[in-house]
Amino acid sequence: MALVLNDEQKMLHDSAQSFLAERAPVAHLRKLRDTNDALAYSRELWSQFAEQGYCSVLIPEGHGGLGLGVLEAGLISENIGHTLTPAPFISSAVLAPWLIARAGSEAQKTRLLPLLAKGQRLLALAIDERSKHNPTAIATQAAAKGGSAGAAASGYVINGSKTFVLDAHGANELIVVARTAANALSLFLVDAKLRGVTIERTAMVDSNNAARVRFDQVTVGADALIGKLGEGAAWLDQALDVGRVVVAAQLLGIADEVFARTMDYIKQRKQFDKIIGEFQALQHRAAELFCDIEITRAIVLKALQAVDRDVTGAALVVAQAKARACVTANRAVQEGVQMHGGIGMTDAIDIGLFMKRARALIELFGDAGFHADRVAKLGAY
Amino acid sequence: MTTTPVLTASSEIDSFRRETRAWLELNCPPSMRKPVTDEGEVCWGGRHFKFYSDDQRQWLQRMAAKGWTVPTWPTAYGGAGLSKELAGVLRQELRALRCRSPLDSFGIWMLGPALLHYGSEEQKLEYLPPIARGEIRWCQGYSEPNAGSDLASLATKAELVGDHFVINGQKIWTSYADKADWIFCLVRTLTGKKHTGISFVLFDMTSPGVSTRPIPLISGKSPFCETFFENVKVPLRNLVGEMNAGWTIAKYLLQHEREMIGGMGDRGGAKSLGRHAADTIGRDPEGRLSEPVLRSEIARFEVDEAAFAAWMEMTTDRAKAGEGHPALPSGLKYYGSELNKRRWELMVAAAGSDGLEWSGERSRDGAVVKSWLRTKANSIEGGTSEVQLNVVAKRILGLPGA
Repeated sequence: MALVLNDEQKMLHDSAQSFLAERAPVAHLRKLRDTNDALAYSRELWSQFAEQGYCSVLIPEGHGGLGLGVLEAGLISENIGHTLTPAPFISSAVLAPWLIARAGSEAQKTRLLPLLAKGQRLLALAIDERSKHNPTAIATQAAAKGGSAGAAASGYVINGSKTFVLDAHGANELIVVARTAANALSLFLVDAKLRGVTIERTAMVDSNNAARVRFDQVTVGADALIGKLGEGAAWLDQALDVGRVVVAAQLLGIADEVFARTMDYIKQRKQFDKIIGEFQALQHRAAELFCDIEITRAIVLKALQAVDRDVTGAALVVAQAKARACVTANRAVQEGVQMHGGIGMTDAIDIGLFMKRARALIELFGDAGFHADRVAKLGAY
Repeated sequence: MTTTPVLTASSEIDSFRRETRAWLELNCPPSMRKPVTDEGEVCWGGRHFKFYSDDQRQWLQRMAAKGWTVPTWPTAYGGAGLSKELAGVLRQELRALRCRSPLDSFGIWMLGPALLHYGSEEQKLEYLPPIARGEIRWCQGYSEPNAGSDLASLATKAELVGDHFVINGQKIWTSYADKADWIFCLVRTLTGKKHTGISFVLFDMTSPGVSTRPIPLISGKSPFCETFFENVKVPLRNLVGEMNAGWTIAKYLLQHEREMIGGMGDRGGAKSLGRHAADTIGRDPEGRLSEPVLRSEIARFEVDEAAFAAWMEMTTDRAKAGEGHPALPSGLKYYGSELNKRRWELMVAAAGSDGLEWSGERSRDGAVVKSWLRTKANSIEGGTSEVQLNVVAKRILGLPGA
């Protein structure tokens, strides 16, 4: 498949770009931050997201969605990187729809997908339990209730705690990864208002919505199970790779935006009676960063295409894309601050906000080290 | 049912593919389908070239007769006049049968494209067919001792005397000058004008007054030479393009060279560096390369290697879609050559002390360590990394300054 966007994809990219620039520029994030907004995102904007169709990209047409691919979700995510728009996009428009549409029961699909498409239901995926991403280290337990000796369980009791749960604060339901046997994970839909669920919003460096969540003797019915019992790890792997490549696209958007702003700045800032962009010390770093961003654009697009073709065969290229996007965005924001000089350290300009969001997205679903390690494992060394 | 042009084209491609495969099966000798294991097995052609086997000679002759050493060149100039698409099919089929390149040639890679673009009809007819047939081997006279990165400051002088030039001066880093039959050469035809005083001329290396001397490198023997010109007479009709307009041709040709060198960062289908290193050094009980820091460096290298390969692919696909930037090859050349240096740093690290052996059968005469040393030139030849970064900064990023 050619590594270029087709006309429909270009149109979606451009429309997302103008929508976000108009309705939710970086000033929108600042306002929510400075007013200590209770939700950290705007419900009004979220319903406009839904009107634009951005919530329905990954929802099949039969369930009220657009039935598009992860690539399209990636294009929206990339543009969110340009504006840092706070919105539960990754949780409720990417991960949840993707998982429910594929692993969910008919009842779950019928109940949730049309609501997700309209932006009227928010779901957060609760995976990590430690401060470094590790989707295999799951201690949260879901014990079967009732059904003994082979009979189906009548429900489950969940105990454990989760951290860095994106958009959990304000979510209607959580998708919880829990251990149902010594070597088996399962996924459960848990209503956020159930007894025993405690959601502690955590104020993060990037002013985005995240939370720590505790499950204390939380009882759910048998219909809470997503997919078959014990098959959670396989679904989680796939959903995570979808999430990772969409996050990588957002990191690319951040790198692009910071780079463009930084180039504009060094083309007008004067010192020693010269435009500082004339200095070779800056030019070479800028040119290197340009190459870093281009290789990132290429590998991210390749990974987006690969995930749409066959997510189970895309692990390597997703790991490459997320690792590379982390490194590139990190370099872009650091050069952004440095090349802006003193003003780059002030809260008055936006560069620091990009640095903060990049930091959070680097940590989300595995940093460069985590994914380099995956590349090595997948490469048999 | 009506057939659309697309269907016609694809059926044409299919039948071309079938015919090509059948022809290759029949005409590519089995020994020419084995990987090249020694530099001496590469076919460079030329007046004095010694084919190491009859198969090698036949393979070149048969491919040249089809016009397939230069498939996209017009048939009048020794090519097959294939579209890019059909040439791509031919490349795929050659790869599928693991056929060796019938001919490696600076004439094909560099001079040919420049002549097709800037040469007169007479020059195309005179020079291109012998290139396509591998009869004349060319070398490139560009760099001089005092004109490296600042190539346009070159001083080799060509004085017009009647109907010929008299050339005096010295070139350096002339690859295979000692084996080449002809040279394409940048000469100064006007002093006082830097870029607009350079001309592009062609001449026979057996002309009186031409001499060459090989340059040993830190990696051992090399194809590089110093080339000296002392009152070399060159007919005026060997001038390509306009007088004093050679710099435009030089730049055009450098783009081709950069694209070629940029491609070196792409290892094709070879075993991954990480697996190679783990097979060499060993693995821990969990199957990880037993040197954890080296493992991490290699993994990060492989990430960049994959991303660079994707960039090359994206650039090609964008060019096909009519999107692209003329200065992009500079970025690719910069990244590809730095990547190749990184690869070989990791290769020697993986080889450890065994990789230090300079001679003897065990080390294949120091193959690893010599390759490692040789890569240090990647970021110098064809325009240094610093020059490429200057080009990216100014022409792509629009940063100000000289």
